[in-house]
Amino acid sequence: MSSLKALPTLLRIGFSEAIVYRAEMLIWVLATTMPLIMLALWTAVAEVAPVAGLAGRTWSSGSFVAYFLIVFIVRQLISSWAAWEINFEVRQGTLAMRLLRPIHPITSYMAGNLAYLPQRFLVTLPIVVVLVLSPGLEHLSKSPAVWAMWAFSLVGGWMITFFANIAIGALSLFIESSVKIMDVWLAAFFVFSGYLFPIDLFPAWLRSASDWLPFRYQIGVPVELVTGGLTVEQAWPLLLRQWGWALGLLMLALTLWQVGVRRFQAVGG
Amino acid sequence: MTRYLRLLGIQLRASALLAAQYRWDFVVDGVISLFWAFTAIVPLFVVYGARRTGIPGWSFGEALVVTGWFILLQGILDGAINPGLAQVVDHIRKGTLDFVLLKPADAQFLVSTSKFALWRIFSVVSAFVIFGLAFRELGRLPAAVGVLESLALLVAATVLLYSLWILIVSAAFFVVKVDNLTYLFSSIFDAARWPSSVFRGALRTVFTFVIPLAVMTTFPAEALLGRLERSTLLGAMVGALVFASLARLVWIKSIGHYSSAGG
Repeated sequence: MSSLKALPTLLRIGFSEAIVYRAEMLIWVLATTMPLIMLALWTAVAEVAPVAGLAGRTWSSGSFVAYFLIVFIVRQLISSWAAWEINFEVRQGTLAMRLLRPIHPITSYMAGNLAYLPQRFLVTLPIVVVLVLSPGLEHLSKSPAVWAMWAFSLVGGWMITFFANIAIGALSLFIESSVKIMDVWLAAFFVFSGYLFPIDLFPAWLRSASDWLPFRYQIGVPVELVTGGLTVEQAWPLLLRQWGWALGLLMLALTLWQVGVRRFQAVGG
Repeated sequence: MTRYLRLLGIQLRASALLAAQYRWDFVVDGVISLFWAFTAIVPLFVVYGARRTGIPGWSFGEALVVTGWFILLQGILDGAINPGLAQVVDHIRKGTLDFVLLKPADAQFLVSTSKFALWRIFSVVSAFVIFGLAFRELGRLPAAVGVLESLALLVAATVLLYSLWILIVSAAFFVVKVDNLTYLFSSIFDAARWPSSVFRGALRTVFTFVIPLAVMTTFPAEALLGRLERSTLLGAMVGALVFASLARLVWIKSIGHYSSAGG
């Protein structure tokens, strides 16, 4: 209950922080422009001949524009960096300060990450304008129900990202530094999430792997919902699986944290 | 000159000792870099999937050569350039650059060679494996002239990467906090894994002249494939020289701004 009461304050602190570090945040955003580079690549490929997907769908340059601009937007809205924060605080011993507060540390990480959302949302606005003016517009879903599900899938995607971050971050309580594990996670994320190329274009073996891994549900599913011409009936199973991963990772993160935090000895302990 | 070579030897030995001390880390990092090399070629399998034409003007084997150069240069960047120069940022913030400046050798040389991540050798090895696979796919061997040209371009590319890095680090004398600038550069460098012909218009100009990614991976690959024009080769070499002298000038100017602890 006290966590809930403190939440608005935590968010306000986080928001002020986001404003102080605005230049830095802009650099982080610029560092995530990979979808735009992939867009350049795929439109060059599609110019010669439309690209055939596995399910019989053909990709024109217009559908690539819609896909990758939505990827950029989704990536901004679901990002989290708690794993690096935890690693840093465990190494420096400053995690002790966080543990002293009468709020669950995971709540405070969550507030810290969520508070950046308004600014990240602002960053996506120019991309939204470009998307609306581009030939990509006609490849977007026109069903309000699908867009409502999209909003819902963003929450699920954010939860997967955030709790995976917490779980990997909590590993640093066992093995000193889990930054390398995070690097491996990220490398797999880039390949399997649909960030670099639509899952529809995967060869069959990669595609079935991505079905069983969490990464597709972070970015691929929200993007496919609104650009894949899916009906509500087709979208439900994807959304359900996504929330399965979100809740599973939530449990894993809480458990790892609870066990790990008992081992924390701060600096020099 | 021999003095600097000897210094380089000493610094390299220190890094080797460090790697030998943390043997286990060395192996884990090596395995991770093999994993990275794998994830770097997966996109090619998607772009050149069944019933697809792939990147215009580049066959699968040819695009694989570009990816090989990308992995090789990433290895050089993260193994030899980044570790030492990343420390400069820390030195400037804490004021410990004083100790480097006091030493009777060139400061730029000292900071550049202060640390090597030797496990990045694994990237170099995987790059050569990829070259091998690529030329098997192409069914021929690179011509001797092509190999020589690409070696010259390797030197140019390394000089370019290093100079760009010096330029970024020099910014630390003015704004102190640039560690995420280096992160930004690493992520822009990611674009170098594709043949530069996929970029059009302004992006193409930027990647050829401002952040010359094309010179780093596409030109060497074209040289190895035996289709790089001599004038392009010459232009790349001159460009690398210009970048290097510019970086040296900026470094000397910037170090004049250093005022010990705090910036």
